[in-house]
Amino acid sequence: MTDLYQSQRAMRNMRRAAMQRGVIAVLDVGTSKIACLILRFDGPDRLREADGVGPMAGQSGFRVIGAATTRSRGVRFGEISVMNETERAIRTAVQAAQKMANVRVDHVIVCFSGGEPRSYGLAGEWALQDSVVTDQDIARVLSACDVPDIGDGREVLHAQPVNFALDHRSGLGDPRGQIGNRLACDMHLLSVEASVIRNLLYCIKRCDLELAGIASSAYVAGVSSLVEDEQELGAACIDMGGGSTGLSIFIKKHMIYADAVRMGGDHLTSDISKGLQVPVAVAERIKTRHGGVHATGMDDREMIETGGNSGDWEKDRRSVSRTELIGIMRPRVEEILEEVRGRLDAAGFDCLPSQQIVLTGGASQIPGLDGLAARILGQRVRLGRPLRVQGLPQATTGPAFAAAVGLSLFAAHPQDEWWDFDIPSERMPTRSLKRAIRWFRDNW
Amino acid sequence: MQPLKPGTALRRDPAPSRAAYRMHRLWLTPLFRSMLRIGLPVFTVTFSAGLYLSDDTRRAGLARIWEGAWTAVEERPEFLVNLMAIDGASPALAEAIRSKLALKFPLSSFDIDMEATAARIEELDAVADADLRVRSGNVLQVTVTERLPVVIWRTQAELSLLDIEGRRVARVFSRMDRPDLPLIAGEGANAAVPEALALLAAAGPIQPRLRGMVRMGERRWDIVLDRDQRILLPEADPVPALERVMALDKAEALLARDVITVDLRNKDRPVLRLAPDAMTNLRASQGVEPGASSL
Repeated sequence: MTDLYQSQRAMRNMRRAAMQRGVIAVLDVGTSKIACLILRFDGPDRLREADGVGPMAGQSGFRVIGAATTRSRGVRFGEISVMNETERAIRTAVQAAQKMANVRVDHVIVCFSGGEPRSYGLAGEWALQDSVVTDQDIARVLSACDVPDIGDGREVLHAQPVNFALDHRSGLGDPRGQIGNRLACDMHLLSVEASVIRNLLYCIKRCDLELAGIASSAYVAGVSSLVEDEQELGAACIDMGGGSTGLSIFIKKHMIYADAVRMGGDHLTSDISKGLQVPVAVAERIKTRHGGVHATGMDDREMIETGGNSGDWEKDRRSVSRTELIGIMRPRVEEILEEVRGRLDAAGFDCLPSQQIVLTGGASQIPGLDGLAARILGQRVRLGRPLRVQGLPQATTGPAFAAAVGLSLFAAHPQDEWWDFDIPSERMPTRSLKRAIRWFRDNW
Repeated sequence: MQPLKPGTALRRDPAPSRAAYRMHRLWLTPLFRSMLRIGLPVFTVTFSAGLYLSDDTRRAGLARIWEGAWTAVEERPEFLVNLMAIDGASPALAEAIRSKLALKFPLSSFDIDMEATAARIEELDAVADADLRVRSGNVLQVTVTERLPVVIWRTQAELSLLDIEGRRVARVFSRMDRPDLPLIAGEGANAAVPEALALLAAAGPIQPRLRGMVRMGERRWDIVLDRDQRILLPEADPVPALERVMALDKAEALLARDVITVDLRNKDRPVLRLAPDAMTNLRASQGVEPGASSL
């Protein structure tokens, strides 16, 4: 764990260096596509009011100067399965974005959706030495949190302090400088498979890039597609991607829960491919052009040519009605949403004051999905699109790019994490002199 | 598992190869880019030029080629000057200019240093100003403004003609060569020629008797008349003093009398000096016999 702590700290320093240089790349490694955005940071005063982008959410501090998307290869369920293929796909995306930006990027922030994320709520308490809360006290209370057994071969991806309590007052955002006796904190810890992170790190390294941060795509999709009051009052963001569907629950502007269902749009495609006996490419085209989840009488008459290249006239002339297509798609969508429902129930989502659900991600563009989701997940469902960001090309403003846009917001304003605070001095292994001084001060 | 070797059945890979990717990134590096776009051409040109010029015979050959090209241009008939025309100079002066310059025609106009040539012509005393230009028709046109002699200056060595500025124009061998010009003498007389001319103008009535003017001690003028009469003029305001003498002469015929010197050097106390036997002559003419002095 100390190892990861050090590497996360190193990533933070890298991010700071990249901000100083002013250019950083953002890479969303998804199952169906890999998106790369190149951001230029040049201070908040460069914002032009004419663009219609207000200074909200801190996204005005940067500008997207390069964007590229490529079909993802070698990624399954948001995890790298074929390293060479993924490396090539990342190279394609990065090179195209660099070409558009006409600038070389060395630092990249990555998000991915796989690795079976699991959420843990941690609590810690610390008796203050001298009634005023200092940075050191926060570091101590964070390290006093009892770490659960996250399992063998798993790593901590996010560890964010969510809430601080001082004596009887809870809900403090920043307790520093306040006066009290006992400091307590709640921390949200997200763990993923270590091998997934390691593969991703290795892949990025092989592309000659330096990793400046790593995030869960469920989290960053929530950052970009939930509006401010939803983040404040409590909402769940469901990021329906190609290979997995991530969900994250936000309240008081902090993520308190994240999870992923290992099903997504690619499973719809493979269902169609199997059900209609067509190639995957054709199934994908049929899904995007004619897909839906609510069949009406009109759909019986809408015939879709499936085609084929077999040379057999009977096979090549086949056509299906849209109702049939919907009949294939709907059970899978329902299955995904039921699974999400189960995860939300397990997380205790129905206890939140506001139960807004926002659907985003590429698969959320299925027509009629919001109606179906409202039946399964609850009444307050809306389709979300990512925040508008300066300089983002029109082609990359759709819900499929929620994670990429969220990651650029994350790059501009990262949430404080456990490794952003210094190691408390009594745990520092090397600073023995400091410990000696401390011992003297405590005992004399 | 994917095939380990990309077979022919695979479609074209859109991904850049590792080398292409690295080259692209290298190309986007600003320092590398400026090195390649500016540094490399500059280095190549400098290095190759240096390499070529490091050989002595090549340098000499280049110099020869340059000389040859330059000579070919110089010797074109359009740039040749065949004769010199001199305007505004007397024939003797023109001959003097020709012999002084001693140009050997035909000559390329590039070889004539106009300013130096004009300066050489202006070295001649008789030339006030020379203007050179190459006229169409391959003629070197020299327009000369001659100095106009206004006085003759007698020094111990020679007689010279001076213009109004006191500059020497020419030498004369005899006063009779230029009887129309007034004569001045004395050291430093050439520095006060305009004053001399003003005095001359003021001395109108006695022009026929005027022998010349002498500069005394480089500061004032003496006017010498015939019968060895002298008018000694002051240093300051000599012209009014002379006019005063002229008025006296007109009223009293002063200068027709037996006076050797009219001394006006001190304007408050003009002095007349009589001839040595002037009084004797006067008394004799009045019939007074001078008795032999018993003293």
